[in-house]
Amino acid sequence: MTTQVAENPVIVGMKNVTKTFPGVVANDQISLDIRQGLVHCLLGENGAGKSTLISILAGMQQPDSGQIEIDGKVSRITSTRAAMKLGVGVVYQHSTLISSMTVLENLMLGDTKRVLLDKKGARTKLRDLSALLGAEIDPEIKARNLGLGQQQQVEIIKALWQGSRVLILDEPTSMLTPQAIESLLASVVRLRNEGLAVIFITHKLREAYAIGDEISVLRKGRMVKHVPARELAKMNESSLKNTVLTAMFGDDQASAGNRKTIEELAGAATASRQARKAGSVSETTVLSVSQVTCSPNDGTRGIFDINIAIRAGEILGIAGIDGHGQSTLAEVLAGQRKLQSGRVLLGETDVTHLDVRARQSMGLRYVTDDRLHEGIVGNLPVSLNLLLKRVGQKPFWNRGRINRQEVLDESNRLISEFDIRTPNPETRAGTLSGGNIQKLLLARELSNNPKLVIFNKPTYGLDLKTVARVREIILEFANEGVAVLLISADLDELTELADRIAVISQGRLIGETPNVGARTAEIVGEIIVNEGAAATGKSRK
Amino acid sequence: MTDIFSEPFVIAFILGCITGAIPLLIASLGETIGEQSGVLNLGIEGMMLIGGYVAFVTTLSTGSFALGLIAGTLAGVATSVIMMVLNTWLGLNQIVIGLAITLAGGGITGVLYNVYFTNTPRLGQEDTLAIPFLSELPYVGKSLFTQSPMFYLSFVLAGLVAWMLLRTTVGLRFRAAGQNPNSLDAAGGNVVVTRSAAVLLGGAFSGLGGAYLAIIAAGTFTPFMTHGLGYIAIVVTMLARGRIVWVILVSFLYGVTVALGTVLQLTSFSLPTDVIKMFPFIVVMIVLIAFARGSYVPPALGEPYTRGAR
Amino acid sequence: MSDKKQVVDSAMRTVSTDGIPAESLTAADTAGQRSKRSGKEIANLLIRTITPVVLAIIAGGLILLAMGKDPLFFYGNIINYGIMGRGWQQSLVMMTPLLLLAAGLIVVFRGKLWNLGYDAQYLLAAVLVIGFAPSLNAVLPWWLTLIVLTLLGVAVGAAWTIVPAILKARFETNEIITTLMMSFIGVGIANLLVRGPFQDPDVVVPQTESIPLDSMLPYIPGTRIHVGLIVAVVVVLILHWVLTRTSFGLRLDIFGANPKTAMHVGINTSRMIVTLFIISGGLIGLAAAMDMLGLWGYVRSNWNPEYGAAVIPFVFLARLNVLGSIPFVAFYAIVANGGQIAAQDSDLSTDFILVLVALILIFMSIIEYIGTRRDLGQSYLPPGLKTSVAQIFGRKKSS
Repeated sequence: MTTQVAENPVIVGMKNVTKTFPGVVANDQISLDIRQGLVHCLLGENGAGKSTLISILAGMQQPDSGQIEIDGKVSRITSTRAAMKLGVGVVYQHSTLISSMTVLENLMLGDTKRVLLDKKGARTKLRDLSALLGAEIDPEIKARNLGLGQQQQVEIIKALWQGSRVLILDEPTSMLTPQAIESLLASVVRLRNEGLAVIFITHKLREAYAIGDEISVLRKGRMVKHVPARELAKMNESSLKNTVLTAMFGDDQASAGNRKTIEELAGAATASRQARKAGSVSETTVLSVSQVTCSPNDGTRGIFDINIAIRAGEILGIAGIDGHGQSTLAEVLAGQRKLQSGRVLLGETDVTHLDVRARQSMGLRYVTDDRLHEGIVGNLPVSLNLLLKRVGQKPFWNRGRINRQEVLDESNRLISEFDIRTPNPETRAGTLSGGNIQKLLLARELSNNPKLVIFNKPTYGLDLKTVARVREIILEFANEGVAVLLISADLDELTELADRIAVISQGRLIGETPNVGARTAEIVGEIIVNEGAAATGKSRK
Repeated sequence: MTDIFSEPFVIAFILGCITGAIPLLIASLGETIGEQSGVLNLGIEGMMLIGGYVAFVTTLSTGSFALGLIAGTLAGVATSVIMMVLNTWLGLNQIVIGLAITLAGGGITGVLYNVYFTNTPRLGQEDTLAIPFLSELPYVGKSLFTQSPMFYLSFVLAGLVAWMLLRTTVGLRFRAAGQNPNSLDAAGGNVVVTRSAAVLLGGAFSGLGGAYLAIIAAGTFTPFMTHGLGYIAIVVTMLARGRIVWVILVSFLYGVTVALGTVLQLTSFSLPTDVIKMFPFIVVMIVLIAFARGSYVPPALGEPYTRGAR
Repeated sequence: MSDKKQVVDSAMRTVSTDGIPAESLTAADTAGQRSKRSGKEIANLLIRTITPVVLAIIAGGLILLAMGKDPLFFYGNIINYGIMGRGWQQSLVMMTPLLLLAAGLIVVFRGKLWNLGYDAQYLLAAVLVIGFAPSLNAVLPWWLTLIVLTLLGVAVGAAWTIVPAILKARFETNEIITTLMMSFIGVGIANLLVRGPFQDPDVVVPQTESIPLDSMLPYIPGTRIHVGLIVAVVVVLILHWVLTRTSFGLRLDIFGANPKTAMHVGINTSRMIVTLFIISGGLIGLAAAMDMLGLWGYVRSNWNPEYGAAVIPFVFLARLNVLGSIPFVAFYAIVANGGQIAAQDSDLSTDFILVLVALILIFMSIIEYIGTRRDLGQSYLPPGLKTSVAQIFGRKKSS
């Protein structure tokens, strides 16, 4: 921790900022100071109001009340452009790069003052900023072809493009391997030493302790704890942990499960592999995929030469950052996309040319990551959404006519079994909370004899309690002998649940490792680094 | 039977080609800008008719073709304001509003024409601009190089649009708005302003295209004279995928089909006019079937942009 | 890079704000759900439905005033010719094809597909039905001829949608464009047929032979309304039942909500696209058959009633509900029926009816937008508009 802490001037000061959306107070009287040359960590679980806070600072949303001071002057951040002028740069959790454009084009998008595109100037600027981050980036490469860590580096460069003084990083580590996290943290420290103010948003305490100069905790839209730099300097990791966890969960601690789970979820402790029932993995292969290739279309990635085998009761994890072919793989296995070559066997049966329905009835299930747009029909009631994959089937439909009683009975059964919180079965599914929508999907996919379940980012964007519940459900089913393909961008989740982990990059599986516990994350990191080295080697030839 | 390689015949063919292609080219340029920025303009047909009518009335009363073209362009812009407010600002359905503008454009010009013009007046011939030396060449001299100034200007416009899309920040922002409006927003661009500009430019080009069609190509206005040209402009744009060279080529391919029909009437084949009218559409349909895989639209086309609702 | 659209703002997510009535897919209308609506909701629905029509009539009146016409005289004449005397019977006859066309459009629109090739589907069916009538009449009894011709109309209408449907299903080619192109081609072919093989040699104007009155559809006893109206109403009722009460209707709604969801739950989307287009074209062909066999009896060259474009706004006002389209179609039938003579009396082009229709479309979109905003408890202005506009002016000031 630096010693000149007290003198560091405030660049951005938020005073009693409140923002409400219909039905929710997203930010409630939040006050926050961002100081030059310091990393300010913002902690809080999903839905605590972090995203709203960022979008206010980024000029995407206007606060209902309260004010923002920049360099001591009351300022209104009326647009994203205004935010940039004021020196606020944001790296969002989701990529904001345009995948069909080159790195340079993506960056020049920020050159709003010019009329002509200045490629030469942009190249120089890119080189300078890359050097600052310790990165090496090909300016002419299409954004979709960027490697695992590079994409984020480009995002950071994009945020710094207009000469930012404040850099906001929204959950930057959630998709990174331990090695990549280390190099990111190193870059952040370099930027801080250059005098930048950094807001580092995370839900992992470990990282906050490792990099934060100041820490603030958000809960249910309120700022519940602020640990200033001076105080933080005096704390050790465990006392910080106590302070922060109490702030994050308060009285909910008891109801969220045991303390250990919370610590793991909050990233305070290294996630440990839960004890699996001995012998839960049997010898029968449930899914075997050989040499499957599916070409890209409509901006989605293809997959190439994929080979996978999963035994009953086994959980195979697929690691990799978003958009590298994970969804294509899941869709091909579920029968939603046609493959160009290769074979898919479910048990002994060749299902390569069977459609979704046939695979569904054979016990192959897919829990999609696009819950709202693909998973449910928001305007239909919960009851019908629960039976969405059995439309027209007996006993719920009889020669095309619906049997309301049967539909209602079955949906009531699933609602109570999976604890879906809905006013009644006729409520529109779109009005449920994210966690309950996910439970609805689980109820639909896991009922009626599943043999193989594909989970695509099953805990993404959920609150910690639901995350814990979903992971429990996955383990329960695996223990009962269901084969599981678990796709996740969260390495902690994979090391906690999976028996083996394969890494996907640019649509190819580039390596695999058994889950050996603590060291697994690093091994996965090595696989990725080796691939990156191999790729640069190739391109240099 | 006229010799199909005789000079008058070739000249007629090239002239027919230009008459068919230029209004389409101009309208397609506007649609390309719109489509690149994610706005599907199904109202081109209506905008062209309004542009054509206004240009016709202006030229008829002032005698100036230039004024007519300017008035037609402005009329297109004025019509596109409706589209800008309803689609881009309020985020209403682009298809419904586009159809409404096409209906209203056809309806209003039809009503006005029938109220004010009972005796189908025609405009005189516009003064042509003969390019020195080139205009004395056989075959092409009297066709390609003795043309309305607007003919040459439309190629300049095509070049300008290509340059704008590829070499300027405005063009980059247009393309970003069509590819991923969220990205443009995050990069400090304003999606609403960018798309508004694209809609207005699209309106200007549609109006100009309609004006060319009425006062230069046809020499008069008749209700519903565009006869689907606006929709063909959308097809041209879809096939050209934002590349202006292809916009020009496809427009002239259409021109050729129009000219073929006209020219065949000069020969001893007597084709019914219905066949001649249908011919371009049949060609377009065959092209669409042949290149079905190749037609491509930006991912955000037709999607209203709502910040946060990703 | 994440191409996926993820969980967002909970308040915004299920509400369509694009101005197409989202109501059609809300729980109350959807397959497998009982209608339960409170009085307030019904009142709200009525206001949202009738206001655009009223506004369009007012705006149309202002346009008439601007052109120096008396709007009250024009509108009064519409009622006069559309309802009074035998007007109501003529309006009901006019409703027959319009109802079937509306039903045909609703089926595809519910699947968020756009069949804009209605003109050719109608005209081709009409011309072929009329064209084959004389030779069939010669060999078959009148009732069998009518049935065969009706089926022919349905088949022709459906056949003309096949190419766009397959292109959409296989290559996702924009169906708006392909149906329109096919429409221009089909209208041309219909004209060729009228001027060619089917032309009546005894008449100077190019037109088909007329079907003798006694081999047309019979009247409903005591009226001058042909039984086609009954056919149309029965078809509409059956279709309503299929769309709202069967598993096919539910699958269609899932597909319409999001083709991705449809694929996810195992609906064969290609088959769905082709099915919807065929049903749509078939219903439009049926409309043509009923109209020809019940009312016209011949086709003149270059004749195009343009029913489709006129019916579109009312289909949306009815919130893509087949049953709900009946009163709207009735309203339009009166306007169009009375409007033809009223326009002549006011020395106006009948194209003015198109202007009225376009105005209804625009006002409908706006009212729907305002309603959705109000339901969400938001400002009527879209988010970001104020600042965007401020930015434009702000920049001007600073420069």
